[in-house]
Amino acid sequence: MTPGSDSKETRLASEAVEVFEDVGETASKIIRKTFVRSFEYLGELLTLLWRAVRAIFQEGVHLGDLARQLTSVGTESLPIVLLTVGFSGAVLALYTVGSLTNLGIGDLLGGIVALSIVRETGPLITAVTLIARVGSGITAEIGAMKTTEQVDALRAMGISPIAYLVVPRLLGCLVMGPIMTLFGDAAGILGGGMIAVSEGQTPLQYTDSFRQLLEPSGSDILEGLLKALVFGTLIALIACREGLETKGGAAGVGRSTNRAVVFTIILVFAADFVLTWFFKAKSVV
Amino acid sequence: MSEHVPEGGKSPRITLRDLRYAVDGREILGGITLDVAPGEILCVMGLSGAGKSTILRCIAGLVSAASGQLLIDSVDIVGKKERELLPIRAKMGVVFQYAALFDSMNVYANIAFGLLRGPRRKEFQKKSRQELTQQVQEHLKEVGLPGIEKRLPPELSGGMRRRVGLARALATEPEIILYDEPTSGLDPVTAAAIDQLIVRTRDKKNVTSVVVSHDMRSIFRIADKILMLYEGKAQIYGTPSEVQNSDDPVVQQFIRGEVEGPIEIG
Repeated sequence: MTPGSDSKETRLASEAVEVFEDVGETASKIIRKTFVRSFEYLGELLTLLWRAVRAIFQEGVHLGDLARQLTSVGTESLPIVLLTVGFSGAVLALYTVGSLTNLGIGDLLGGIVALSIVRETGPLITAVTLIARVGSGITAEIGAMKTTEQVDALRAMGISPIAYLVVPRLLGCLVMGPIMTLFGDAAGILGGGMIAVSEGQTPLQYTDSFRQLLEPSGSDILEGLLKALVFGTLIALIACREGLETKGGAAGVGRSTNRAVVFTIILVFAADFVLTWFFKAKSVV
Repeated sequence: MSEHVPEGGKSPRITLRDLRYAVDGREILGGITLDVAPGEILCVMGLSGAGKSTILRCIAGLVSAASGQLLIDSVDIVGKKERELLPIRAKMGVVFQYAALFDSMNVYANIAFGLLRGPRRKEFQKKSRQELTQQVQEHLKEVGLPGIEKRLPPELSGGMRRRVGLARALATEPEIILYDEPTSGLDPVTAAAIDQLIVRTRDKKNVTSVVVSHDMRSIFRIADKILMLYEGKAQIYGTPSEVQNSDDPVVQQFIRGEVEGPIEIG
């Protein structure tokens, strides 16, 4: 090796190190910024939750507004929830029935489908459906109100936007989230049951296996409903927060709605992981 | 021009003392000082982005000034929380630039909403539905729009929306009304009708008004006092004749709407 080629290699190596250092520094900055922003965002959601709870105690709940939200979240979302979770239950049964039969435990199909649905698939698919159907609608509605000064008009009239806009939507999602999940669970189990029957099982065989795998105390169902409660809270809070922060006309409403859907999906799946881990580790229910 | 003579000797309804407002370090209002007497109509004019709407939003408590004093009936509202502003808002009405009517409600609900859900709701909730309907109908008649209670905001023209916005503001019987560009984008006849409503409202109920506008004809028709904002500062503050006769080239260029002059359009 000549002295010239040696110095060239050294220079190349030091340049490579510099590039890696730059990439590392940039990546570290991005990760730090993302973490800080994520915590700030969670803080903003908690602040909004606190303001909503305070508004409930200070100003009460307008029953007409609440009824409208319950109707909007509930009855209008129900067919979509039934279809999406119903099909998920059927797909789950289709995937597992062959393997279970081969292992000689085909009669456990009902229990496995029911357990998966009530603990995980039911609450999660229902939440995703509500994000698309309800969360996006809330953001678009409040966002449009914000950009056309209707939110300012409320404030100028001495009406709290938190009490009028956030509280009924939060309570609507809180109440109807678990109820929709229960309906979704039933549809999912029914969907799985239809596959089981088409594969030669009797309905009694399918339902009997629930007892073998589901906790008799109902804790599996309760676990799913607690998840639904948290998901419902997240859907309403993020949707309202993004709506209230909307800026810049129709394009701004589009951007806010998009952000609300993306953020809620991410946070719902993250919350699902945390809650599952918590339930499993602590056996709280 | 309006012939109203503001009540002398009485303390001002609205007082601004060195009011400053900034966004991201950029000064929007750079120390505004003025008084609005009871029953007076103050018109705020200036170029787009001069801070006209900001001054109105500060008075309405929709944004909080960075420093200075903003007194409504001798109560400083700078830095006040939403709940603390409720007594002030109970005596104030705001007419927004595009009316800001609630899209999901018909005209009746838009007007009754502030009565039934605002700070004075206990007083209005005691009234029967019939009394309330009658009250809403009276306010609609007052703004020249009888019989449109069941119509939805998207079914109304721009001028009708502004007038419903005014009826909504009047419904709570405010002592102060803030108007944000009430005649912008309207035909001259509808604009004149809105001006007439503003003056008539003041004359009938001695309402103190702040009108943000850059409609020169409208301003000189209704104003008792004029504030011209230029680059966030008060370029001139005086009676319409003082403004008209000002030898300030900025003021003259603005009121004559000339391209040539000290005002640079950037």
